[in-house]
Amino acid sequence: MITIKVSDRQRITTLRSILTNIASLFAALIAVGVVFLVCGVNPFYAIAQIFSGSFGSIYGFKETVTKAIPLILIGGGLTLAFRAKFWNIGAEGQLLMGALMGTWVGLAWGDSLPSFFLVPAMFAAGFAGGAMCGLIPAILKIKFSINEVISTLMLNYICAEFITMLIVGPWKGKTRFGFPGTDNLPDTALLNVIPGSRIHYATLILAIVSVVILAVIVYRTRFGYEVRVIGENPEAGRYAGIDFFRTSLVIMAISGGLAGFAGVGEVAGIHQYLGYPASVSSGYGFTAIIVAWLAKLNPLLSIISAIFFAGILVGGDAIQISLGLPAATVQIVNGILLVFLIMGDYFLRNQVRLVFGNAVQRKSA
Amino acid sequence: MEDVIVSVVQRTMVAGTPLLLGTVGEVICERSGILNLGVEGVMSVGAVVAFIVTYSTGDPWLAMVAAIGAGMIISILHAFASVTLQANQVVSGLALTMIGLGLSGMLGKQYVGKPLAVKMDDIAIPWLSDIPFIGTVFFKQTPYFYMAVFLALGAWFFLERTRLGIKVRSTGENPRATETQGVNVARIRYACVIIGGGFSAMAGAHLSTSYSKSWIEGMTAGRGWIVIALTIFALWNPGRAIWGAFIFGGIFVLQYLLQPLGISPNFLAMLPYGSTLLILLVMSFKDPRRLNAPAQLGEPYKRGER
Repeated sequence: MITIKVSDRQRITTLRSILTNIASLFAALIAVGVVFLVCGVNPFYAIAQIFSGSFGSIYGFKETVTKAIPLILIGGGLTLAFRAKFWNIGAEGQLLMGALMGTWVGLAWGDSLPSFFLVPAMFAAGFAGGAMCGLIPAILKIKFSINEVISTLMLNYICAEFITMLIVGPWKGKTRFGFPGTDNLPDTALLNVIPGSRIHYATLILAIVSVVILAVIVYRTRFGYEVRVIGENPEAGRYAGIDFFRTSLVIMAISGGLAGFAGVGEVAGIHQYLGYPASVSSGYGFTAIIVAWLAKLNPLLSIISAIFFAGILVGGDAIQISLGLPAATVQIVNGILLVFLIMGDYFLRNQVRLVFGNAVQRKSA
Repeated sequence: MEDVIVSVVQRTMVAGTPLLLGTVGEVICERSGILNLGVEGVMSVGAVVAFIVTYSTGDPWLAMVAAIGAGMIISILHAFASVTLQANQVVSGLALTMIGLGLSGMLGKQYVGKPLAVKMDDIAIPWLSDIPFIGTVFFKQTPYFYMAVFLALGAWFFLERTRLGIKVRSTGENPRATETQGVNVARIRYACVIIGGGFSAMAGAHLSTSYSKSWIEGMTAGRGWIVIALTIFALWNPGRAIWGAFIFGGIFVLQYLLQPLGISPNFLAMLPYGSTLLILLVMSFKDPRRLNAPAQLGEPYKRGER
């Protein structure tokens, strides 16, 4: 007779938390392997391809770092929002609004301002665009108790349609020969890249500085403390007199604004013009949700988890080419990873033991 | 002019059908206390499975059954995470959506752009379909329409008028008290999540084998999220879901109606999403106590803990 005995774990050490995460990732990779097997792909080969494609070569690693830039920015911002249990699923839209505002500033003042002033102005505008897009759901949630998951998602669709409307209509570039998209940004508005790669280092530095500041905010300031209280015990927060409205506004301005930074980076660092929403962002807003979760909502750790997931995105592109798998494969891999991370949390919170011999009473199911 | 009205109302019914199916499923699920944000993904899986089965067997009814089965199976994932593991239901639901969208994209890749030879035929109900206007609008419809309305009414009866329905509702309101009455909370929640998944997948099947006859990635186009908003609008009542779903069906049709007026199609495409926000805004002016939300919605329940 074997029974499963579950009991609460009294102390959760950091080491155990990290080991649990690593174990979850391994379990997830096995599950991903099973999915590959079912689809008739050799799982060892496919998974090896993913990691050799992203971390196995200099070229691959450069691409991984390039894709990590928006993930660090957005994932870092989401750690703050998720700490307050503000489920911001709208980073995709916030990124797009950032890209839109950045492009607008770049096109409007590109010829009259030098890079030194123009690029910061573009990032500032992008932050404002993303923050505005993030403030709407915050206002809707606190003042009108509208579920933020729905409002942020609806804004994703609205932002995407809005940008498409602009690039096929009034913003369509004269140099595009009738194809949708704005004109190319002037050279003064473009971000320099590390030679031989697509790494736009200005955004990378901005990303790392941002998450460091975020970490200080979260762990060292009164505001960061308030954010944690709101998330963990809103009742206590209310008694303590925390202003939920003000705090939520700041959280979403930061979270949306950082996604806006990412949007400017993508446009000015990579695409050089504003095109279709699906090409501006390849689902960074959604991948960043898992980045934040894997980082255990720690802004600094989101750098590492962003690099990991950027690797999966790059490796995913690699196996699309070498194994002929559809783009959606990456989404499955991401979803499975997320499921296993939540499952791992269960084993972190509870001690699960198999008890051999006579059944002791099951404490909980 | 009359023809136009008839066709608009009829298309409204067809466009509202998947929303109604999805909303009824989500109402059942949320009434048991589990928030399922995986609707969009499950709907997508339902759409692709129904398409593939219809494509290879030519039988849209078999396809519907297969889609429902697939939707139920994939929903077990959310049930396991949120009931057994007491995980965060928002995150688990999002994971289900990611997996569902990914899986459907993967399975459906080779079917993109292939039209179906057959689709679910409309059924004219004898006698009733001869009534002018009403007959054409309501009784010469896709079987999914009849089933959706029937299931919505059935779900209302089940939740409000049967003993098991009371168990489901009390599970969402106060699982601890329910358990002391000898009800197995975990079993009820599993069942409701899985049944809800079946409804979502059925909605997807309607999209790919009846509403249109093709599969493209992302064809659910946010309907799974609109469904979650409609659940609030419906005040967790499947009967009210009927109104909500067909109002939104009308908004989907409105897009095509307004297009000839020279309004940007992208602007019109925002309509359903903007309306969703608007409707939630209107709902927020209601007294929250009368909103009827299940008290323990989204809260994990751990047995034997106080």
